[in-house]
Amino acid sequence: MRLVFDIAVTHIRSRLRQTLVGLMGVAMGVGFSVMMAALMEGSQRDFVSQLVDALPHITMSDERRDPPRQAAEDHYQVVAYSGLSTMATRPGIKNPYAIIASLDSWLDGAVAPSVQARAVIRYASRDTAANVTGIDPRREVSVSKLPQQLRGGTVGDLYRSSNAIILGDRLAQKIGARVGNTIAVVSGTGRVVSCTVVALVHSGVSQADETQAFTLIKTAQILAGQTGIVNAMRIRVTDVMQAMSVAERIEAQTGYKSVSWQEANEDLLSALQVRNFIMYTVVGAILLVASFGTYNIISTITHEKTRDIAILKSLGFTERTVRSIFLLEALMIGVAGTLAGWALGYALCGMLETIEFKSPFVDTTHLPLYYTPTHYLLAGLIALLASGIAGYLPARKAASVQPVEIIRGAS
Amino acid sequence: MTIQLPVTTPLIELRHVTKTIGDGVETTLVRDISLAIEPGEFVAITGPSGSGKSSLLYLLGLLDAPTSGEVFMQGRPVPVDDEAQRARLRLKHLGFVFQFHFLLTEFTSLMNVMLPMRALGKISEAQMKDRALALLASLGLEAHAHKLPGQLSGGQRQRVAIARALANEPHVILADEPTGNLDSQSSEQVLGVLRRLVDETKRSIVMVTHDLGLAARADRQLRIVDGRISNDIT
Repeated sequence: MRLVFDIAVTHIRSRLRQTLVGLMGVAMGVGFSVMMAALMEGSQRDFVSQLVDALPHITMSDERRDPPRQAAEDHYQVVAYSGLSTMATRPGIKNPYAIIASLDSWLDGAVAPSVQARAVIRYASRDTAANVTGIDPRREVSVSKLPQQLRGGTVGDLYRSSNAIILGDRLAQKIGARVGNTIAVVSGTGRVVSCTVVALVHSGVSQADETQAFTLIKTAQILAGQTGIVNAMRIRVTDVMQAMSVAERIEAQTGYKSVSWQEANEDLLSALQVRNFIMYTVVGAILLVASFGTYNIISTITHEKTRDIAILKSLGFTERTVRSIFLLEALMIGVAGTLAGWALGYALCGMLETIEFKSPFVDTTHLPLYYTPTHYLLAGLIALLASGIAGYLPARKAASVQPVEIIRGAS
Repeated sequence: MTIQLPVTTPLIELRHVTKTIGDGVETTLVRDISLAIEPGEFVAITGPSGSGKSSLLYLLGLLDAPTSGEVFMQGRPVPVDDEAQRARLRLKHLGFVFQFHFLLTEFTSLMNVMLPMRALGKISEAQMKDRALALLASLGLEAHAHKLPGQLSGGQRQRVAIARALANEPHVILADEPTGNLDSQSSEQVLGVLRRLVDETKRSIVMVTHDLGLAARADRQLRIVDGRISNDIT
């Protein structure tokens, strides 16, 4: 109704400065909420993407979810025999190349086999324990960031000598080895293999850089004392969110335990949910505080305009119409504040983005910010809702003014 | 041969109306009054201050609901407990003029006069503007249509208030000490306007005043003492 709008505008104009303060309150609430949300969600997405990138999306290992049934269990159900020795099964994923071929046929992504072996690396009479991972360089490129993390060489260099090895940079530093040196790798069973260091790897995770070493699958199989077998398949899928269902399918098909990144990081992901909850609570609280300003203004206006309300009601304005005048005023402040807040929030995000973090250990980084209309809509919606409530309460009180009491008091 | 007397329905009728205020310590403002306002009547209500004359006017004007008794408008009972319904009837059929002009100070004379029309919303904005300007002109205010109440004299403001009271062509104008704050010249002017309304447009006016000289110019004088009608002179 135009009339309600006209009266509301007049009221707001009569209290312009206070209205602007209230408007700024809402604007700051919305602005900071938007900024907070962008920062929180940005850092969360950054974190998740690092998590997803650092590890394969699905890891298939040579374990099974349930221990394999012993032959005796199937044959002697009635009488339990004690002292039976368990039947030993050879570890590892059997027939790995058949599995790879099968996965390649339907999987939207890439598969790479790997062999794990524990070994001691010896150089210049310094010993250090290492996890040696045997990889297929051609397949590795598509499942891990290893190629990008190499210093002073490429994964293809593994083919260069008969027993080539890539060492974690901290590991190399610890034993004093450099690219080109020949080091001794001693397996748990005592086999000694001489390897040439062809490159160093720097993943940024110091724990890994201190213990990681990469060789060809063949070399690692020799160290592990098992040929023709791999320990794990690392799988990268195109749609990371599908990892869980793909993992289930792989497990159903092969019987080997396949763990998606979501399953592997369940605890972290649930911590993120808690973080999200905290974020939304804080954002809600900011907007609630901002709405107190609106409440204050509308209260002041209703007190000031008691006489006008009495006049309007005596003329025949209904309580509903009077209520809607003040509700509209609050909503106008809410809408204007929200619009200003969106601009403020966007500007704040832009400013935060220019901040650079310099660190001697890692490259220069920027704050991860995530832009989405959802944050803006959500902040706006909560701000409008809060404004509506902040306006409704004084409006309801104002509308219940009895004109007779005011008129009697005036004359 | 029978003579057919014209049967008129009173515009507003109170039947055994009582108004009491206050919880605990009760004060009775209006005691068991029955009163009918006929079309084309100029009624003056007089009485000492605190006698309940204003309260009676508020009851007649549906501004207030009686504690007991019934109110009829053109023969139909008014649902006194329904504030929204009373507001609607006020807007459509009644006009008010108070001792204080009670104009919205941030709105021009024209906008003030248009307020009730816009609230009713029966005619177009352009028609409202034309009618409001005509009303202001008929009260000699054509030059002041776009002024704010603060820029007008007391008498002019009161005439704007009368124009506003006439906005929706009400049957009855209720005036509560309309000249109470005016000098004698302005009072005379305002009273002249009210008198002309009754004579020329056949509207009814109920006016509360303590000025017996003004009351004498009405068609009917009601004297209220202690919440009761003590005298009804036609």
